[in-house]
Amino acid sequence: MDQNSATYEGQKMYDPKGWWDTYVFSQDHKVIALQYVCVALAIGLTGMFLSLLMRMQLGFPGLFESIDAGSYYQDVTMHGMIMVIYLLTALFLGGFGNYLIPLMLGCRDMAFPFVNMLSFWMYFLSVIILVASFFVESGPTGAGWTLYPPQSILEGTPGGDGAGIILMLASLAVFIVAFTMGGLNYITTVLQSRAKGMTLMRMPLIIWCIFLATFLGLLAFPALLVGAIMLIFDRVLETSFFMPEIFKGGEVLDYGGGSPVLFQHLFWFFGHPEVYIIALPAFGIISELISVHARKNIFGYNMMVWALIAIAGIAFIVWAHHMYVAGMNPYLGFFFATTTLIIAVPTAIKVYNWVLTLWNANIKMTVPMLYCLAFLVTFLNGGLTGLFLGNVAVDVPLSDTYFVVGHFHMVMAVSPVLALYGGLYHWYPSVTGRMLNDTLGKIHFWITFVGTYLIYFPMHYIGFLGVPRRYYSNEQYDFIPQSVADLNQFITVCALIVGAAQFILLYNFIVSLYKGAIAPKNPWGACTLEWQTLESPPGHGNWGEQLPVVYRWPYEYGLPGATSDFVPQNVPDEQIT
Amino acid sequence: MAFVIVTAIIVIGTVLWNFVSPWWFSPLASNWGFLDTTILISLVITGIAFVLISAFILYCVVKFPYREGNKSEYEPENPALELKLTIITTIGVIALLAPGLYAWKLYVELPVDALEVEGVGQQWVWSYRFPGEDGVYGGTNGRLFSSKNTFGLNPDDPYGQDDILIRGGEVHLPINNKVVFQLRSKDVLHDFYVPQFRAKMDLVPGQQSNLWFEPTVLGTYEVACAEYCGTGHYAMRGVVVVDTEEDFKTWLAEQPTFAETMNEGANGEQIVQTLGCVACHSVDGSDGIGPTWRDTYGTNRALTSGETVVVDDEYIKTSIVNPMSQIAEGYAPVMPAYATLSDEELTAISDYIKTLSE
Repeated sequence: MDQNSATYEGQKMYDPKGWWDTYVFSQDHKVIALQYVCVALAIGLTGMFLSLLMRMQLGFPGLFESIDAGSYYQDVTMHGMIMVIYLLTALFLGGFGNYLIPLMLGCRDMAFPFVNMLSFWMYFLSVIILVASFFVESGPTGAGWTLYPPQSILEGTPGGDGAGIILMLASLAVFIVAFTMGGLNYITTVLQSRAKGMTLMRMPLIIWCIFLATFLGLLAFPALLVGAIMLIFDRVLETSFFMPEIFKGGEVLDYGGGSPVLFQHLFWFFGHPEVYIIALPAFGIISELISVHARKNIFGYNMMVWALIAIAGIAFIVWAHHMYVAGMNPYLGFFFATTTLIIAVPTAIKVYNWVLTLWNANIKMTVPMLYCLAFLVTFLNGGLTGLFLGNVAVDVPLSDTYFVVGHFHMVMAVSPVLALYGGLYHWYPSVTGRMLNDTLGKIHFWITFVGTYLIYFPMHYIGFLGVPRRYYSNEQYDFIPQSVADLNQFITVCALIVGAAQFILLYNFIVSLYKGAIAPKNPWGACTLEWQTLESPPGHGNWGEQLPVVYRWPYEYGLPGATSDFVPQNVPDEQIT
Repeated sequence: MAFVIVTAIIVIGTVLWNFVSPWWFSPLASNWGFLDTTILISLVITGIAFVLISAFILYCVVKFPYREGNKSEYEPENPALELKLTIITTIGVIALLAPGLYAWKLYVELPVDALEVEGVGQQWVWSYRFPGEDGVYGGTNGRLFSSKNTFGLNPDDPYGQDDILIRGGEVHLPINNKVVFQLRSKDVLHDFYVPQFRAKMDLVPGQQSNLWFEPTVLGTYEVACAEYCGTGHYAMRGVVVVDTEEDFKTWLAEQPTFAETMNEGANGEQIVQTLGCVACHSVDGSDGIGPTWRDTYGTNRALTSGETVVVDDEYIKTSIVNPMSQIAEGYAPVMPAYATLSDEELTAISDYIKTLSE
């Protein structure tokens, strides 16, 4: 830091000096958040495009000759990995986490702004490495997003014998570095930089959610990192961590003694908490939005916090419910089924508290509220089908069928994305100072909500029938009737429409930047601090000369005795009118 | 209001769909009907929760719309209500979990008086082994696999000589007989899954996993691989035929023992079955991951390199040993190299393909 830096409360601020410092190599959390959002949305669009290619093959087999079995599996793999890691994880924590933590907690920036900047650029690098795998010989890996060895590093799987799998694993390793740098920042900032009066139990629930999701990530990602490194060793150095004796292509390979199931344990030790790394921030967004737009205090704040902590804790002892039929010791199934169904209780409490927040409320059907309500219905549906799959014996006939595809898309694809969209509509005015177009927002909402339900709901039933997932073609199976092919056509048409509708959002985003109505300060009438800044949108340093002081919890809506229907967190009792 | 109407239609439609869905459980053909029962229990309990909570949401949206000047009720906590809801949820979860765990106990406890079959997976074909007259499997070792010894059996093990090997992807089972499958894989993960039997288990190279069921309906059923195993995953189809006890015995007596297979000469049809070639190269003229072999010998073939070659012995052999050197136009370069086949075996395969064009 040099002497030009501004100093507040004895704490020096980093000051950008030029265009590059302000917009590219910025250390301001708000700029970094935007960078995360833009890169994540760009790669997310790529992921969506891949899913549409996949759908074309399923709905109209053979229409595109370029989609052969190999490239189909590459699309499946890259779609899954991009959506889970590079879109949702990055956008929720890197995007929403970066933007909201300092603003909602009343501090000027992250605890380590420079590390925060590095975090984004490492993430950017990981995306570049990921995208590079599309351009190498034999293309990206087609191993499925779970990357199970032995097939992921052998011939017979697209990219298994080329650079595709190595680039994927390397990209994940770099992503984990980025996540760790960002994550340590979030944790430190939440614990150390809160404004005066902002006790932990006065934090907005979304901050609790991001805080706990970050904890999960910091503890879970290392398992993936070691798995990825050991898998690279198996591939490049022919170590045999995960590779037993293998007979392939007419010869016995130079591997021996390893355990493929070990990789699955490492993967899901990461992979299950990862579900909550995505779900918790979505829960957080819903908690904020539902309270603000229903003009009602969130119901059962204390219970919500403890339910979140319970979910985060139990999330670490349920991982093997992804492996009931993977050939592990079958008696483990009793334990993991029990823990998995136990986690349903705190999750149900969260749902109850959201819907009870609507009771005796004053509900504004804004676009963010529509997304919120759609989230509740979709998440309820997806969460309840999770009770089938988590319940060990019930999972046996359904595992690896389309029931699973329907379930996890409902619960951890559509639900988080609905929350995400709600969040984007809600906080867009805070970031840009302009409102998004309401009509476009509603059109986008209806197509997305109804369209995705029509896509994923019927999949559960062909899962009952037993149609396996990850099939390039069903044609040679007699037990799969023609009606399934017809359904696949219908789903593909829905997917194309929903896919196209996402460009309405993109258009709304870009055009509203210039033509959107000027947003009033605090357009939704929210209590949380991010709407109480001096300037709107908040400038560098967020708070001007004076840091805010917090006097109350973040959901003071409908306070008896007050004339306004909300009291911001930084308003002391004596100023309430 | 639009939201309430549309969502009500979605929720009611979701419930009604269960009564009119054209897709439902495949007809049951094993003892695992109880698994269907657990699914139905889950459907009822979760269905009730889905309807109640959705209805509550919609009721609130209708009942408490925004009115300027109105204020919501201020009620941050209601511990009694929260406790009540937690207890109800816990009861619901127990009602789901108890039958699930009970069914799992039945599923993982292997019967002792059952017929034993070994299921072996490889990309992308199924094969099976019965322990033979002595009732004991011969020892296996992953290092002993070859294109001839396709089960990796120890040739010196006396218990293995009478083991009966099923190499064509079609296995027969006697009706109303408990069957224990001991599963292993030669290369990557697979999953033995017959939708009508409900049961399912991964095959893992380097270890054994188990599965049991009792076929209860005569007929022919498809085995569909349910664990992603590479490009040909979707084509890894097998057949299980459920026979009467008598037919099963007749069928089993016709199958070769290990000792017999080790003494037979190179047989092209047998080799392409055991190596799994037919998962990608059809013998009936249908298109697959690779070109069909039907009526192809002697024809011209366009390559991705732009050349055109004649499909002859030389081309076939090179394509097996070094497939990347001449990829057929319109097909992906995904075939593994089979570099260790002997010249005798290559000739046998080539001769077999020739017979498909006669």
